[in-house]
Amino acid sequence: MQVALFIPCYIDQLYPRVGMATLKILERRGCDVVFPSTQTCCGQPMANTGCSSDAKPLAERFLEIFSPYQYVVAPSGSCVAMVRRHYDEYLEGRPGFAELKAKTFELCEFLVDVMKVDAWGGAYPHKVGLHSSCHGLRELEMGKPSERVGPAFSKPLRLLEMIDQIELVDPKRPDECCGFGGTFAVAEEAVSCMMGTDRLRDHLGAGAEVLTAADMSCLMHLQGLGKRQQMPLQIKHIAEILNESEAKS
Amino acid sequence: MKTAQHPEQAAEFVANDARAHWHDQALWFVREKRDRMAVSLPEWEQLRDTASQIKLHTVSRMADYLEEFERNATKLGAVVHWAKDAQEHNEIVLSLLKKIDAKRIVKSKSMLTEECHLNPFLEEQGIEVVDTDLGERIVQLRKEAPSHIVLPAIHIKKEEVSETFHEHLQTEAGNNDPNYLTEAARNHLREKFVAADAGITGVNFAIAETGGLVVCTNEGNADLGVSLPKLHIACMGIEKLVPKAADLSVFLRLLARSATGQPITTYSSHFHGPRPGGELHIILVDNGRSNLMGSSQFRNSLKCIRCGACMNTCPVYRRSGGHSYGTTVPGPIGSILAPSRDSKQHKSLPFACTLCGSCTDVCPVKIDLHHELLEWRGEIRKRGQLPISKTLPMKFTSWMMQSPWLFGVVGAIGRWCLRHFPRWAIYHGLNPWGKQREMPESPKQSFRELYQIHESKKASDE
Ligand code: SF4
Repeated sequence: MQVALFIPCYIDQLYPRVGMATLKILERRGCDVVFPSTQTCCGQPMANTGCSSDAKPLAERFLEIFSPYQYVVAPSGSCVAMVRRHYDEYLEGRPGFAELKAKTFELCEFLVDVMKVDAWGGAYPHKVGLHSSCHGLRELEMGKPSERVGPAFSKPLRLLEMIDQIELVDPKRPDECCGFGGTFAVAEEAVSCMMGTDRLRDHLGAGAEVLTAADMSCLMHLQGLGKRQQMPLQIKHIAEILNESEAKS
Repeated sequence: MKTAQHPEQAAEFVANDARAHWHDQALWFVREKRDRMAVSLPEWEQLRDTASQIKLHTVSRMADYLEEFERNATKLGAVVHWAKDAQEHNEIVLSLLKKIDAKRIVKSKSMLTEECHLNPFLEEQGIEVVDTDLGERIVQLRKEAPSHIVLPAIHIKKEEVSETFHEHLQTEAGNNDPNYLTEAARNHLREKFVAADAGITGVNFAIAETGGLVVCTNEGNADLGVSLPKLHIACMGIEKLVPKAADLSVFLRLLARSATGQPITTYSSHFHGPRPGGELHIILVDNGRSNLMGSSQFRNSLKCIRCGACMNTCPVYRRSGGHSYGTTVPGPIGSILAPSRDSKQHKSLPFACTLCGSCTDVCPVKIDLHHELLEWRGEIRKRGQLPISKTLPMKFTSWMMQSPWLFGVVGAIGRWCLRHFPRWAIYHGLNPWGKQREMPESPKQSFRELYQIHESKKASDE
C-alpha cells in the first residue's frame, strides 16, 4: 500500500516527532510511505479567515502534489477536513479531485477504516484523556457528536482502547471545543483561553495524566495554556501514544 | 461612530471569570437537559430531517404560502398587514393603537418586536409597553436588552433580580427567594394585564393551510395578554410560516426539547381569527428576510425556529454573553442574520466562532450554521470589510507557502528565534498568543529534515 504523508506545515516545523510517529506507525504496518517534499500548507488558515483567493493556489498545489499517490494520510483531522469538506470551492470538477477527496485520510480513520486494524501491540500504563477535536469529530465523522442521537462510536477511542494497560478517563463535557479555532485563538484571545483552560480542568478533574487528540493544533493551544499554568498534564498527539506503546512491544 | 466589536466585548465579559463561568454553567445545564430529551426520542434525527425539509420547501415557495396564509387568515376574520421593514412595522402597530386610543399595552415575548425596536418607538408616543414574560420584564425594568432569545434574562443572577424588584416593585431588600420574587412579579403583572388596552404577541408558527397562529409560552402570558383587551396584534417575521397544521406535530416536538429540554412548552396557544367581539391584526414583516431567500448561500438560515439551542451549545456564546454580539439575535444564528442586514457593522460576528460545528449538530432544523458562518467570512473579505491586519498576513502566508524553499527558510529562522530570543522579545504586547499561553517548544530539526535522515538511513541499511 502506497501512502503519501501529508504533514501539516506547523507539524513539520514545530512537532516533527508527531510526523515521525505517524511515519513509523505506517511503516510498521507495511505501508510504502513517502513524503512529497514540495508540500507546504493546505490553505486552511486563509480559508478560515475568508481569504479564498489566497487559499486557492495552495489547494491547487495540493492536488498536483498528492494526485499521483494511492493514499494520502495526515496526523490532523482539521487539515484533512479542509481537503475533504472545503476544497470543493476551489477544485470542483478538476481532474483527480474527486479521487483526491476519496483517498485522503486522517491517521486514525486510515488505521480503522482502510487498514482495518483490530489489535494494537504494547502497553501504555497511564491515565489518558482524549480530546475529541471538532473537525475530526464533526466534519470527518470520526465519532458521534454528543448532540446527535444514535449509537456512540469514536475511531480514535477505539484505537486507544486496543492498547494494554491504558486507562481512559471521561471528562464531564465529552466533546466541547478547546477554543483554538485557528486565527480565533489570537483574534478572540480572551474567550479562546477561557475555553482552553476549562477543557484542561475538565480532563484534570477526570484524572488524566496525559491529554491526547488527533489534532496537534488543538493540543498546541492546550499545551501552551497548561504549561503557563503549570498544570500536571502531559500533552501528546495520538500518533505518539500509538507509536510509543507499539515501539516498546 | 466606531461600534465595539465582539472580541472587545467578549474580553470584557470574560474578565469577570466567576460570572463568565456561572453563565457558561447555566447554559450548559440547559444543553444537557436538551440532550436527555433528544435521546428520549429514538426518531430524533428523523424529526430533524423532516423539519428541515418542510422549512426548506416553505422557503422555496414562500410567496405562495404567504398568500395562502393571508387568504385563510382573512377568512377567519383577522386583518393581515405587510411590513417591508422595522419602520413600517412600528408605524402599523402605532396606527392600530391610535385607532382605539390605546395607552397601555401588554406584550408577550417577541424577538421580532425587539428586532424592530418597537418598545422605545411606542414609548416615545406616550404609550406604555409592558413585557409580560418574566425574564423580559426583568430586563425591561433594568433597561437592558435580552441576552438570549429564549432565556432573555439568563445573564442576570437572582440576587440582581431581587435588587431590581426592590427598586421597582418595592419588594423586601435582600430577599432572594425565587418563589417570593416570582409572586411579586405575578402580582405586578396582573395589574398590568387588567389595565391593558391592547395585547401584542409574537408568533411561533403561522399555518398557511388554516390561517391560524401558534404562540408558545411557558408562563401563559400570551393567553392572558390577549384575552382581556379587545385588540390583539400578532407580529411575525415571514419565515414563521409552515404549510400545514399537521406540520406542527413535528415542530412542537422539536421546539421545546431543543429550547429548554422540556417535552413541550407549557402553553401552545392556537389563535384562529379574533375572539368574539375582538380584533386580530397580523403583521407580516420582511425586514431583510427576502434578501436571504434569494441567496443560495444563506437561504438555510430562514429555516430557523428560534429555539436558541445553538446559543446554549455555543462555547463562545456561553463564555461571552449575549450582549457581546450587539444584536437582537445573538449566538451562531444571530451571527448569520445580522451581517445580512449590515455586514459592515457586524463584520466581527462571523469570526466570533471557532467553527467547532456544535451548533450545526444541535440545530433542530439542520441549518449548517458553521458553514454559513464560514461563507460569511468570505463574503466580508469580498466586500473589503476585513481589516488589513487580517488580509495582509494571509496574503503573505499564501505567497510564502507557494514556495517550499521559502517556507523552509522562514520556518528555520522562526524556530531559531524561538530558541534563542530572550523571553521579553517573544512575550510582549504584540503577541496575543503569549499573553496566557507559552509558545510551542522549538525543535532543531523540522520534519522534512528528520525524514531525509530517516530515508538515507533506510537506504544504507538496505
Ligand atoms: S439556528 Fe437552529 S438551533 Fe439556532 S435558534 Fe435557529 S433553529 Fe434553533
